[in-house]
Amino acid sequence: MSLLSVRGLKVAYGGIHAVRGIDFEVAHGELVCLIGANGAGKSSTLKGLMGLVAHGGEIRFDGERVHHAATHTIVARGLRLVPEGRGIFGRLTVAENLDMGAYIRRDTPGIKADLARAYELFPRLAERRAQLAGTLSGGEQQMLAIARALMGRPRLLLLDEPSMGLAPLMVRKIYETIATIASEGVTLLLVEQNANLALKVSQRAYVMESGAITLSGPSAELANDPQVRAAYLGE
Amino acid sequence: MNLVLESLHRRPRLVAILLAVLLAALPFLMGFGLGNAWLRVLDFVLLYVLLAIGLNIVVGYAGLLDLGYIAFYALGAYLYAWLASPHFGLHLPFWAVLPIGAAFAGLFGVLLGAPTLRLRGDYLAIVTLGFGEIIRIFMNNLNAPFNLTNGPQGMNLIDPVSVAGFSFGRPLHVFGLTLPPTYFHYYLFLAFTLLAIFVAWRLQDSRIGRAWGAIREDEVAAAAMGINTRNLKLLAFAMGATFGGLAGGLFAAFQGFISPESFTLWESILVLCMIVLGGMGNIPGVVLGAVLLTMIPEALRYLGDLQRATLGQVVVDPADLRMLLFGVALVAMMLFRPAGLLPSRQRRREFAAEEGLAEQVQANLYDTRN
Ligand SMILES: Nc1ncnc2c1ncn2[C@@H]1O[C@H](COP(=O)(O)OP(=O)(O)OP(=O)(O)O)[C@@H](O)[C@H]1O
Ligand SMILES: [Mg+2]
Repeated sequence: MSLLSVRGLKVAYGGIHAVRGIDFEVAHGELVCLIGANGAGKSSTLKGLMGLVAHGGEIRFDGERVHHAATHTIVARGLRLVPEGRGIFGRLTVAENLDMGAYIRRDTPGIKADLARAYELFPRLAERRAQLAGTLSGGEQQMLAIARALMGRPRLLLLDEPSMGLAPLMVRKIYETIATIASEGVTLLLVEQNANLALKVSQRAYVMESGAITLSGPSAELANDPQVRAAYLGE
Repeated sequence: MNLVLESLHRRPRLVAILLAVLLAALPFLMGFGLGNAWLRVLDFVLLYVLLAIGLNIVVGYAGLLDLGYIAFYALGAYLYAWLASPHFGLHLPFWAVLPIGAAFAGLFGVLLGAPTLRLRGDYLAIVTLGFGEIIRIFMNNLNAPFNLTNGPQGMNLIDPVSVAGFSFGRPLHVFGLTLPPTYFHYYLFLAFTLLAIFVAWRLQDSRIGRAWGAIREDEVAAAAMGINTRNLKLLAFAMGATFGGLAGGLFAAFQGFISPESFTLWESILVLCMIVLGGMGNIPGVVLGAVLLTMIPEALRYLGDLQRATLGQVVVDPADLRMLLFGVALVAMMLFRPAGLLPSRQRRREFAAEEGLAEQVQANLYDTRN
């Protein structure tokens, strides 16, 4: 049974239908990506999943319905979002941000171990643990956002355009880390405009266009699909 | 100054003892040094500290700008008057009325908080301002058809505090000294103020305090951390309101008389100024702000006497001067110490980081340095 299963998810802002009833699944241990152009409704989908916007349809996480639930209860079940634009606490230090990531946890030894792991994964953050998060570079902020989400030991991690606004070298670094996280058994749903990278790192993919899913399948197949190549890989 | 603080920091026991002796002796020093009028001022200082500590939970900790805070003070005061005055012929004991009043105000805190959960910043400020005015206007007009509040005349003959058969209403004669009730009120208020400070201080570094800090920074991100933002915001409103209600009850018992005039918008703004001036979010700062803004206007009264003595007449009304100096002080603050006199670590950072952050955001848009 899949970890996340979504049926007919809809998100609308006033008269604008950003997501028009989409279905998708993410299985345990999978890395799935959702690609689409600007304004396709990718971020809205993730916000719907997290209960951050009003939505219709059915969302099941590990078999239980989580639609219309409050964000904090969804987080408590193990869903975590690294939002577009990172959403870090700019006036808290790196260490305090990571500390907030573990807010709902009470297992002090486990938190300590995860903190050590986070600094191991992102040595740059360890160097800057006392620095205000808002003064980090964009790439470092992205690292912090991912590390902070991992501090909550998510069962499913949602990443919204982790490559946005970053230089190629930093993008590669972030994607290496994503691969590492996935190999450690964290289930991931990755939203990207950068279809090339996303299709390489993921096992399955969905293509979204103006609020609807138009294509889906194994990433390797989609990467060879002439339609996808034309629309998203710039060929 | 810093050196002194530093050396005191290393000897907390000594500081505590010195502070305790000072606080215990303060009314006698004040009473005999400056006269009993100043003792009254001292009592009011404590009430304002209590109010400022309460409002600081809402504004300083949780970042919810509340401009109608004085409404909770009013509710606590009126509830005390309803339950312990000839108005309804009820004379419940002090120790029963005070917690009821605090809880009553706390409930109104939730009632104000619930519909405003989605509001932020300026919008929240406007709604809370309206709430404060509504409560005051109700108090002003609820004398007909059923006389609940006695309207603008206010409520009179409120029972004084009475502890174990000892009434705070009359002066006490001991050892050839006459101690007016202001002395007893001082110690009573001090006890409640210290209690409030203790609670606020423990809250600051608790899980709840950290969650408030996160909400203050970024509410959506806080929710994404698993923080129940709704409940925590309501809790902040309720706790702030409870302290306000407590102060209101004490005020009613102390004065023996209350009227809507004591609960104007100006009072809300004054308490907010205490917090901003002293250092939002930081308890010593908030206490300092409350002490200064209560004492200084009183001290300025002497300017009237001074003018009469030197110029033969009062040229500038000290009350006008008060407002002028108040404005000048605030402007000066914003220019020289925008984070307050004794800012909290976080707030100091906010102001220090502000410029750096702005540049950083710009830089991130074109982040190519990695
Ligand atoms: N808060 C909002 N209010 C109104 N319309 C919105 C809001 N958020 C998003 N939209 C609209 O919904 C549509 C989908 O937006 P969404 O952010 O989900 O797109 P996206 O696929 O994430 O795009 P991008 O790749 O540019 O981030 C867009 O047309 C956008 O203008
Ligand atoms: Mg988006």
